[in-house]
Amino acid sequence: MSTPLRVGAPTGWRGWLLDPAPASRNQARLGRWYRAWLAFHRNGLAMTGLVIVAALVLAAIFAPLLADRELAFHQVLEDRLQDFSWLHPFGTDELGRDIYARVVFGSRITLTIVGLVSIIVLPVGLGIGLPAGYFGGWIDSVLMRITDIFLAFPRLVLALAFAAALGPGIENAVIAISLTAWPPYARLARAETMTRRHAEFIEAAQLQGASSFRILLTQIVPLCLPSVIIRLTLDMAGIILTAAGLGFLGLGAQPPLPEWGAMVSTGRAVLLDQWWVATIPGTAIFIVSLGFNLLGDGLRDLSEARSG
Amino acid sequence: MTEAPLLSVRNLRVVYPGDDGDFRAVRNVSFTLGRERLGIVGESGSGKSTTGRAIMGLIASPGRVEADHLQLGDTDLSTITEAGFRKLRGKRIAMVLQDPKFSLDPVMSVGKQIAETHRYHFRSSRKAARQAALEMLAAVHIRDPERVYDQYPHQVSGGMGQRIMIAMMLIAGPDILIADEPTSALDVSVQQQVLTIMDEMVKSRGMGLILISHNLHLVSSFCDRVLVMYAGQIVEVCDAGKLHEAQHPYTRGLLAALPELGHRRAELPQLQRDPAWLIDLPAAVGTAA
Amino acid sequence: MIDVAAVSVTYGHGASLVRAARNVSFHIQAGDALGLVGESGSGKSTVMRAIAGLIPHAEGRIAIAGRVMPNKRPRESRRVTQMVFQDPYGSLHPSQTVDQTLAAPIAIHNLDNAEARIMTALTEVGLGREHRFRYPHQLSGGQRQRVAIARALILEPKVLLLDEPTSALDVSVQAEILNLLTRLRRDLGLTMLMVSHDLAVIAHICDRIGVMSRGELLEMTTATDLAEGRVNHPYSRQLLRANRGFDPSGVDVDVTA
Repeated sequence: MSTPLRVGAPTGWRGWLLDPAPASRNQARLGRWYRAWLAFHRNGLAMTGLVIVAALVLAAIFAPLLADRELAFHQVLEDRLQDFSWLHPFGTDELGRDIYARVVFGSRITLTIVGLVSIIVLPVGLGIGLPAGYFGGWIDSVLMRITDIFLAFPRLVLALAFAAALGPGIENAVIAISLTAWPPYARLARAETMTRRHAEFIEAAQLQGASSFRILLTQIVPLCLPSVIIRLTLDMAGIILTAAGLGFLGLGAQPPLPEWGAMVSTGRAVLLDQWWVATIPGTAIFIVSLGFNLLGDGLRDLSEARSG
Repeated sequence: MTEAPLLSVRNLRVVYPGDDGDFRAVRNVSFTLGRERLGIVGESGSGKSTTGRAIMGLIASPGRVEADHLQLGDTDLSTITEAGFRKLRGKRIAMVLQDPKFSLDPVMSVGKQIAETHRYHFRSSRKAARQAALEMLAAVHIRDPERVYDQYPHQVSGGMGQRIMIAMMLIAGPDILIADEPTSALDVSVQQQVLTIMDEMVKSRGMGLILISHNLHLVSSFCDRVLVMYAGQIVEVCDAGKLHEAQHPYTRGLLAALPELGHRRAELPQLQRDPAWLIDLPAAVGTAA
Repeated sequence: MIDVAAVSVTYGHGASLVRAARNVSFHIQAGDALGLVGESGSGKSTVMRAIAGLIPHAEGRIAIAGRVMPNKRPRESRRVTQMVFQDPYGSLHPSQTVDQTLAAPIAIHNLDNAEARIMTALTEVGLGREHRFRYPHQLSGGQRQRVAIARALILEPKVLLLDEPTSALDVSVQAEILNLLTRLRRDLGLTMLMVSHDLAVIAHICDRIGVMSRGELLEMTTATDLAEGRVNHPYSRQLLRANRGFDPSGVDVDVTA
């Protein structure tokens, strides 16, 4: 750089992180993350989303500290359908269980669904989309026709059919959601790969003798991953809602598990008189969905700012 | 110069504010343009394109354009609004960019685009505009203007696209044409054709031309006068034919660093950048022609 | 070192068949530098990419270091020939540091002494330790092109293919890269094939120069003959004149769509 002086350059650990000439692999990587964090930090809505998602994760981890497990599962029929009180901050449901405790423990189920779906959807989507985009030709045709078949089914109906066929339960709900969720990721990964497979750095890797597998893994995956993760974060709201929908219809988590959708379903019967029974878990679904959407938007802004 | 200049610029500055202070992309730039071919050369980041865009009123916010004096004929450009600039562009001052593919509307036939420009500036009838556009296409030496008129941008070659751009830019009869690297994307043989046409049009219409380019050979052989820019400033002005006699160490360094046919050197002298070249120059350097 | 005999490259099939290179033959001695000039679409880059093994050739024979190259190259043969690309912005992976870029070829070929090899390659191209862990966006255009050259050199190739290596660079940076290439050729005894539209750049690096147009190799000349205007083909003469700057004499401006 020919710029003579940089005025007000940061010092200390910030200076180390923002050093334009890092001295080690780790410093370079940390610096990159720190720069991204600085940009993300300035986006208020994205930070709100991050706080909500972080709160979900913390609530799931520390659920036993935040609420009494006994209150969430133990039925006290004489205490049923109580209004807000010190003992039951969000009241009780039709079996006398504390709604606050159930919502807190329900975060574990929501997080499990989110995690499991991600673990299935990302590898399947990338595993189908990357080779299709990179190799083209008949490989592309075969893989994309399979994707088209899955895309042609209405999502919730297919999930319902799977859940009905495999039997109700949270694991089956996750499998059903994942099976219907991966095709858009395969398409996204394919499109991203196709725009880059003729880039000069890919050709340079080919010239060095890198195998197609190595090129996909080390060159293309790092470029596709951000947009796929952003897409997944934005879709997460829909996934949570689908899971809640399956729970609502009785095909998701089974009683007495405090799954939020199932809680809304049972509260439906008393919605007019004891509104909180359905509304509190519904609000939880709403807030978490909103959090993932805001986080996804923020990540997208970040990746666009970096590439722009 | 006996005639009043077409364009006169005194102490032009373009500033981009940033987190780490203001970045002065262009500073202390002063020059006048008559009915001549003026070249601006410099490397990337020298401010040569920014200067052209500032004159066209095309610096986007948050960038700021300031000048002690920025006069186009009898119009003061430094006080003019965006709406005022829109009326001037095309009619009084026009610009040709490097790649016609990005400057033309991809979903409208090229002839229609030229005719629309005519209609905008002269409020002419459809028929008259079409006639004017066809004449313009013929003027840039397209032998079958009727056929080209109905073609779409993706159907024409780069050279043809640049001819179409010149036709479109000149149809409203501007006094000044700013050409920013107009031939850099073209093959050498086509470059010659486009430059010849541009030269012919500018001469026959008595226009002033500003040719912005990184190519020293091209500028010195095509233009009458050359401004050399470095780090946002004009460091030297000289007659184009005498560019090889340039005085400033930067210009001399650039010329020496160019490989030459028939003068093969074991090693090319590398440009040693002197921090002293960054110091602000008195704003008057460009006016002494 | 490089032997190209009657090589043709085609794209597409049937009616849309494009012959990008036709019956091209030349030979480069070990340690020599040959240049190919021509306009875009002349086939000069196509020939280079066929030699590199990036695209298959339909006819003819390509031999490098005495070995005939099939269209599907064995991994070991990649070490002999490396290439530097035109665009220093597009030829480096945007999210990998210089270190990662240089470490990749070492890992592919299971070479030892990765640390020393990376430092040697950086030093050879005039970069220092401070550039090693930077990302491409933290480097200037010239520095990126140096990294691209270092990446090509790290496998210790005998042949370096140069695809317009300076056309995206400023004049002063171009001089630095050309000097670097001249020095590397001398110090490492590299055989070079360079493609460019700039006659002066080609003539600075190469002893022998081939003029290409529309997929054909029109004539083979030397840098000296070219400088003195001793060329036979009218197209070569046209290129030569255009290289000297603007010259309206004899330009036919009329064009038909």
